Amino acid sequence: MITLFKLARRNIWRNKRRTYITAASIFFAVLLASFMQSIQRGAWDKMVDGIVTSFAGYAQVHQVGYNEEETIEKAFPFNANLQNLPQEIDGLEGFVPRLTSFALASYELQTKGVLVVGTDPESEHGMTRLRNNLVEGAYFEEGENSVLIVEGVAKTLKVNIGDTLVLISSGYHGVNAAGKYNVKGILKFASPLLNRRMVFLPLSVAQNFYGAEGLITRLSIDIKEKDKLPQVVQAVQKNLGDEFEVLEWEKLMPELSEAREVDTAGNFLVLIILYVIIGFGIFGTILMMAKEREYEFGVLLAIGMKRWKLGMVIWMEVVMLGLFGAFLGILGSVPLVGYFKRHPLDFSEMEGMADAYEKFGFEPVFPASFEFQIFFTHAVIVFILTSILAIYPLLKIRKMQPVQAMRG
Amino acid sequence: MVIKTENISKTYNPDSIPVHALRGVNIEIEKGEFTAIVGPSGSGKTTLLNIIGGLDRPTDGYIEVGGSDISKLSDNELIDFRRNNIGFVFQAYNLIPVLTARENVEFVMLLQNQSEEVRNERTEELLKAVGLEKEIDRRPSKLSGGQQQRVAVARALASKPTFVLADEPTANLDSKSTTNLLDIMAELNRKEEITFVFSTHDQRVIDRARRVITLEDGVIASDIRR
Ligand SMILES: Nc1ncnc2c1ncn2[C@@H]1O[C@H](COP(=O)(O)OP(=O)(O)OP(=O)(O)O)[C@@H](O)[C@H]1O
Ligand SMILES: [Mg+2]
Repeated sequence: MITLFKLARRNIWRNKRRTYITAASIFFAVLLASFMQSIQRGAWDKMVDGIVTSFAGYAQVHQVGYNEEETIEKAFPFNANLQNLPQEIDGLEGFVPRLTSFALASYELQTKGVLVVGTDPESEHGMTRLRNNLVEGAYFEEGENSVLIVEGVAKTLKVNIGDTLVLISSGYHGVNAAGKYNVKGILKFASPLLNRRMVFLPLSVAQNFYGAEGLITRLSIDIKEKDKLPQVVQAVQKNLGDEFEVLEWEKLMPELSEAREVDTAGNFLVLIILYVIIGFGIFGTILMMAKEREYEFGVLLAIGMKRWKLGMVIWMEVVMLGLFGAFLGILGSVPLVGYFKRHPLDFSEMEGMADAYEKFGFEPVFPASFEFQIFFTHAVIVFILTSILAIYPLLKIRKMQPVQAMRG
Repeated sequence: MVIKTENISKTYNPDSIPVHALRGVNIEIEKGEFTAIVGPSGSGKTTLLNIIGGLDRPTDGYIEVGGSDISKLSDNELIDFRRNNIGFVFQAYNLIPVLTARENVEFVMLLQNQSEEVRNERTEELLKAVGLEKEIDRRPSKLSGGQQQRVAVARALASKPTFVLADEPTANLDSKSTTNLLDIMAELNRKEEITFVFSTHDQRVIDRARRVITLEDGVIASDIRR
């Protein structure tokens, strides 16, 4: 038995060479597009992960309004409810409680404004691997009267391991804050931004310094699966209520998410251009096909085939041809992208590129992101593209008169 | 009466250089006739067949097929009308190239939503009647011109039409194939009372007709029954 679907399928293979050429062009478009997108996404994922996990965390809990105005007056008690969050919420890997504010740091005659980060040494290392950033000295412990300083601070103040650093600030509710701390270690961050002004104190020591016993200003959250971030954030927000704001990294570091969006948009533009070119190619094929088969269409209308049925056959032909090409493209992309996920593109040998990236603390190595959604997106794009292009023969058939069609 | 035209005329390009292809044609064709439309090139044979077959509309006049007026039907109504009432055999390239002989014949019945049983039975019966039971699963490209025209005749009959219209069905055939096709058509006409109306230039084909209508300059010059 012959169905319209079968008829369409056979028609695709009438002109094998044309089918192969058209399918090949779609194949390369999908291959190129999936590859580009996978690399772009993979590179950004890596970059964001590098930046986000090196300090801020994928999300943070603050008292409402803290993100707008970072002040120690918005500190809040690190109570049992907060401490129990990992038990309460699925997908939450852990957290780092921090009390952060500004202070003046001085050593001998030098003074510099610094960002004081009071943190729990153990959970800090658990999330940000802070210990690994040590270039000199040793890591600190909870309760110990020591400070870890970044390279930038060490250079400006000309302090060394074992020296005593003086911190002066205004504490919680305006109390005077002053303290002397033993410089235990010097840290180096990949990102130059982080490398400039940070000093780390053990959490309880910082609380003591600022007169903010038991208080923290932010709780950085670590998650198990990045894809689940929105759900985790929502769950935490729901658990804590509206006294708190739970913000994703995009809100904590808008510049970073904007940079990613701009780059993605640029990439998107390239993809549009690619598909427009491919679209013209497919359209050319459709034009030729429609012209060559005009007589046949006339015969079919003459013997009583309804226009919509004929249109349906042609539409199926074009879309099936498109999906065939897209399918081949995906078949080719999967191993390609898989390969570049395991063997990332490595530009560390290329001097200019390597320097530029290392300035910002990134290895110029780009693993591809292997996401099925990317392949699926391109199959959908080809489907939509061919569905739209297939409207052209449908319009022709709608107005076609069998006698004219058969006269040629 | 299966076909009746009253004073039909057809003018092409009425707005620029009008061509009066038909100028007042009156024809009545009865069931079971085997009629040839003849006449010099440009006399209006194709135009007349197209109008009778619902492929084209007359500029003027009235036309009735199987008792109903078809001159007022819309394009899409005409498609339905043709599917259920008329079998067409064109000069060449009648068949869908990607379908086998069997599938080509079956296709019309599929368009009519006939059951699979009916389709299979009738397809085989018809292809046997045109002497192609052996070639049933071949595609048109694997059939000779004469065989292709015989499949076209089988397809034309598949829908159980009121009549079969054939515009120069033998124009591309050699004399042996022509005779063979005519034998089959005449046989179907005699045994099953199928009404055939065909146009031709070929004297041997004209000789086989039982009625010959001659067109000249868009009017009927003679109408001879024998
Ligand atoms: N679509 C059309 N537009 C304009 N003129 C047409 C059209 N179709 C046919 N004609 C003209 O109408 C006249 C009759 O044409 P028709 O095709 O009916 O003749 P015919 O008898 O079938 O000729 P032939 O034996 O060559 O097939 C001719 O002068 C032809 O040029
Ligand atoms: Mg003609």
